[in-house]
Amino acid sequence: MSKLNTNSNSYIIIYSTILVIIVAFLLAFIFKALKPMQDANVALDVKKQILYSLNIRDLDGAEAEAKYAEVVKNEGDIDGQKYYACEIDGEDILVVSLKGMGLWGGISGYISIHGDEVPVVYGAYFNHEGETAGLGAEIKDSQAWQEKFIGKKVFVDPADGSEVALSVVKKVDDPETQVDCVTGATLTSNGVNDMIKAGLKDAGKRFVQLFVTTRCVKDEPTDSTAVEPKAEEE
Amino acid sequence: MALFSKQNKEVFTNPLNLDHPILGQVLGICSALAVTSQLKPAIVMGLAVTVITAFSNTIISILRNTIPNRIRIVVQLVVVAALVTIVSQILKAYVYDVSVQLSVYVGLIITNCILMGRLEAFAMQNKPWPSFLDGVGNGLGYAMILVIVGAVREFLGRGSLLGFQIIPDACYDWGYINNGMMTMPAMALILVGIVIWVHRAYFYKEK
Repeated sequence: MSKLNTNSNSYIIIYSTILVIIVAFLLAFIFKALKPMQDANVALDVKKQILYSLNIRDLDGAEAEAKYAEVVKNEGDIDGQKYYACEIDGEDILVVSLKGMGLWGGISGYISIHGDEVPVVYGAYFNHEGETAGLGAEIKDSQAWQEKFIGKKVFVDPADGSEVALSVVKKVDDPETQVDCVTGATLTSNGVNDMIKAGLKDAGKRFVQLFVTTRCVKDEPTDSTAVEPKAEEE
Repeated sequence: MALFSKQNKEVFTNPLNLDHPILGQVLGICSALAVTSQLKPAIVMGLAVTVITAFSNTIISILRNTIPNRIRIVVQLVVVAALVTIVSQILKAYVYDVSVQLSVYVGLIITNCILMGRLEAFAMQNKPWPSFLDGVGNGLGYAMILVIVGAVREFLGRGSLLGFQIIPDACYDWGYINNGMMTMPAMALILVGIVIWVHRAYFYKEK
């Protein structure tokens, strides 16, 4: 081994090629082997987040799975946005998935809405990819902040539902619809605000249809396309 | 060559005492500040770094005579990056919520100065077994600080340890308030500073 010139160009090229090939195979193998478990974890995490938005927190894996099966009656998909029809204590609640941009990366969330005449927020949960810990990350970490959404009115005109009144602002003028933003995280809060406006606006009319005309999708056939109301707006 | 000769023991214990990676050499501060707001991620991060330093040290030490000098940093990085990716995949599969909490910091172990420092300074010159001990020692030294800082921050900032409430509700009824400052990264810096101060005061006296 000592006679080998480890500094010759051909040695370096061969050495690095072999090293990289070994590492690549190793990583590919491990990735393949662990993929099913990771997928299961991600799926469970989504269910937990939906339960969080329904104010059901502190549940472990199996419990959360059971509770989810009990609470969520149906789910649907409109233009890539997910809806979940849920029932808690006999009351119909709709959970909407949201996606948006924070300061450093994507943010997402679930907002649950109830109420027949005037839809109000039942609960909310937000998640982020890489917001600043202690500041922007509070949208996910601070349960107290998420609970501020509870009871806020969602739409400007409940009968129309195309304009979203629910917002995150620096100075709360209207406590019925506005939520105070996270201190020190204005840009992340603005992201949450935009996400809510965009996510709920697209669905505004459909919501009202779901709530007022069909009450909730659970009465419809349990086909996931059933969430889509008959009258398409676009 | 006994497995635990005096020399080997020193290799293992030095990073825990005088040559402590964080306290003595002030390496790896960045991640120490970021992941210590609670105890659980701090412990997992400490363990992850320990495993990665130990194995990357061993692997580099085994390869040390074959590694071309000109690309040694690249080779070290490839080994470390592979190990970090493996650890992060395993975390995702077995402790998903912790891996979410640690988010980018597991990936950033690759750039942790302790790792590169130990590979360059120790593993490139020493046999595999002492290198392994050196890696474990440095990893544990790092983990130790993470756990201390994480415990203090979680206790004072949230009144709990490992998620279990320690401060009874009665205290809150009497007007006790969690110190929200403790959950901010700045307090980690101050705590690490205090630990470094105590450590130096103690060891310089002994010297």
